[in-house]
Amino acid sequence: MNLHEYQAKEILARYGVPVPPGKVAYTPDEAKRIAEELGKRVVIKAQVHVGGRGKAGGVKLADTPQEAYEKAQAILGMNIKGLTVKKVLVAEAVDIAKEYYAGLILDRARKRVVLMLSKEGGVDIEEVAAERPEAIHKFWIDPHKGFRPFEAREMVKKAGLEGNLNKLAQVLVALYQAYEGVDASIAEINPLVVTTDGQIVAADAKIVLDDNALFRHPELMELREIEAEHPLEVEASNYGFAYVKLQGNIGIIGNGAGLVMYTLDLVNRVGGRPANFLDIGGGAKAEVVYNALKVVLKDPDVKGVFINIFGGITRADEVAKGVIRALEEGLLTKPVVMRVAGTAEEEAKRLLEGRPIYMYPTSIEAAKAIVAMVGGAA
Amino acid sequence: MILINRETRVLVQGITGREGQFHTRQMLEYGTKVVAGVTPGKGGSEVLGLPVYDTVKEAVAHHAIDASIIFVPAPAAADAALEAAHAGIPLIVLITEGIPTLDMVKAVEEIKALGSRLIGGNCPGIISAEESKIGIMPGHVFKRGKVGLISRSGTLTYEAAAALSQAGLGTTTTVGIGGDPVIGTTFKDLLPLFNEDPETEAVVLIGEIGGSDEEEAAAWIKENMKKPVVGFIGGRSAPKGKRMGHAGAIIMGNVGTPESKLKAFAEAGIPVADTIDEIVDLVKKALG
Repeated sequence: MNLHEYQAKEILARYGVPVPPGKVAYTPDEAKRIAEELGKRVVIKAQVHVGGRGKAGGVKLADTPQEAYEKAQAILGMNIKGLTVKKVLVAEAVDIAKEYYAGLILDRARKRVVLMLSKEGGVDIEEVAAERPEAIHKFWIDPHKGFRPFEAREMVKKAGLEGNLNKLAQVLVALYQAYEGVDASIAEINPLVVTTDGQIVAADAKIVLDDNALFRHPELMELREIEAEHPLEVEASNYGFAYVKLQGNIGIIGNGAGLVMYTLDLVNRVGGRPANFLDIGGGAKAEVVYNALKVVLKDPDVKGVFINIFGGITRADEVAKGVIRALEEGLLTKPVVMRVAGTAEEEAKRLLEGRPIYMYPTSIEAAKAIVAMVGGAA
Repeated sequence: MILINRETRVLVQGITGREGQFHTRQMLEYGTKVVAGVTPGKGGSEVLGLPVYDTVKEAVAHHAIDASIIFVPAPAAADAALEAAHAGIPLIVLITEGIPTLDMVKAVEEIKALGSRLIGGNCPGIISAEESKIGIMPGHVFKRGKVGLISRSGTLTYEAAAALSQAGLGTTTTVGIGGDPVIGTTFKDLLPLFNEDPETEAVVLIGEIGGSDEEEAAAWIKENMKKPVVGFIGGRSAPKGKRMGHAGAIIMGNVGTPESKLKAFAEAGIPVADTIDEIVDLVKKALG
């Protein structure tokens, strides 16, 4: 789960990372009032779940409260990469002497959390990493010992960061404590700023939470923003489906993430465009399949549906019963192709015999058929 | 055949739960030698005629146990795996999905240090065809044969096994290693076992986008593998996820993309199937 910058900064501040004073505003009036309270030059920053806000014009400086009002007015309601800006962070502007990068993420290959540190922070950090990987210094943290201050000091020296050594090390230790404390999957400070008067502050921060660990953090679960998600994704998640809305016109339903992904691959291969990813999971009963069809067919982009089932724990006849219920209730307004194999395959085929469902023996034939029915990629 | 056979004695952790009971019955029907179960607080009871203990230590005090399979809910799953490792069980199969990543980071390192082998989490388990299954896969699609199968996906594994079985090739041992970011055993850890297994004549590796396990496996195969390997990469058309900060891009670079995996396989001389049916064709071709 993605957190907004202001939420990430609140968490970091709780663990002892210095952040510029600031508050979130939903209206230009609120932005003005916060600027008045701060009594200094402020920065107004769009709070949306996409990168590249600055380049899209979602970050502006304001010298006076009146200017803060105007800049907030310009940013609120702005569309950044398809998302409408509903709130802004109004924070004290920092006078930057140095911009560093500090990030924590899981390194899957080493199976440890890695600290990445660079004295070349800022918006171009990815280019730095790609062109001069030696500018990014890494330390793989022992999960049982944690990240100790001496290790942090050594990293600061190794990466060549200038500024108060102890304070910089404290920030890194606090960043790891926050990462572990909230069960993050990413925690990043970019830039980590040394100000012209020698202060160290996290001028921008990003935290992504591990969804699997949210049960341990009910207070963070409340930060989930339903409106940031596609309404069909919300409905599907209420049914317990893994559902992702895609750009095409062929609805996809399958059992098992691997098989569903494979089905998307096949449809793409034969020139079609999937409208979604939907995994009904293992052991699904008829009702689950019926609900899956309901969700997929609610998408106005969908011109046809491809159901791909390999019966293991899931019984193919249960899947067939779900399809038949949808059919009898008049839900199937678009063509449906199916491929069923595995457990109870014969029963499923018997149940579906003579009904207006197109059955194919292999995934690839079914994929070709549905693409032929709805038309391929433009 | 690797890791397990009909003699392997199995403990089920979380045996009294719905999933645990269902799959214990399925494993017994398949012929797996399940000897006992563990559920904290339910010690002294019985499930399907098997004794249930409160702790793994008590279970190993009463039974010789070679492997444990875990159906414990996600919040307690990593702890259950650690309990098995501390009780000295050499092979631990963690079925549970949705385990917090940091729990796994800690558990994987500790279990390795204790000398146990962890398969999973979030995996379908292990099956040695017509001998033993320590997992949740539909046993009937695995016919005994000559192909070793390692996979990150569940259903696709069953598809591949069914296709290999129908084609008369069959499987030796199939290992579903799991799809989570941190898993106990990767492709690279299992390839040496298949390399030395006299019954296995070829290996099928079903990979997925993300991570670098396929790339590392390809490098190992290039240097060491004596037997033909056929690859498959799922999710090649998956849309790139919403960007997650800079850290993801910095740590991975281009590793993990379908292009990177296909390139690694090509460099190691591993033919890659585009469809499940093509896996069969490529294996046949490789075996001559």
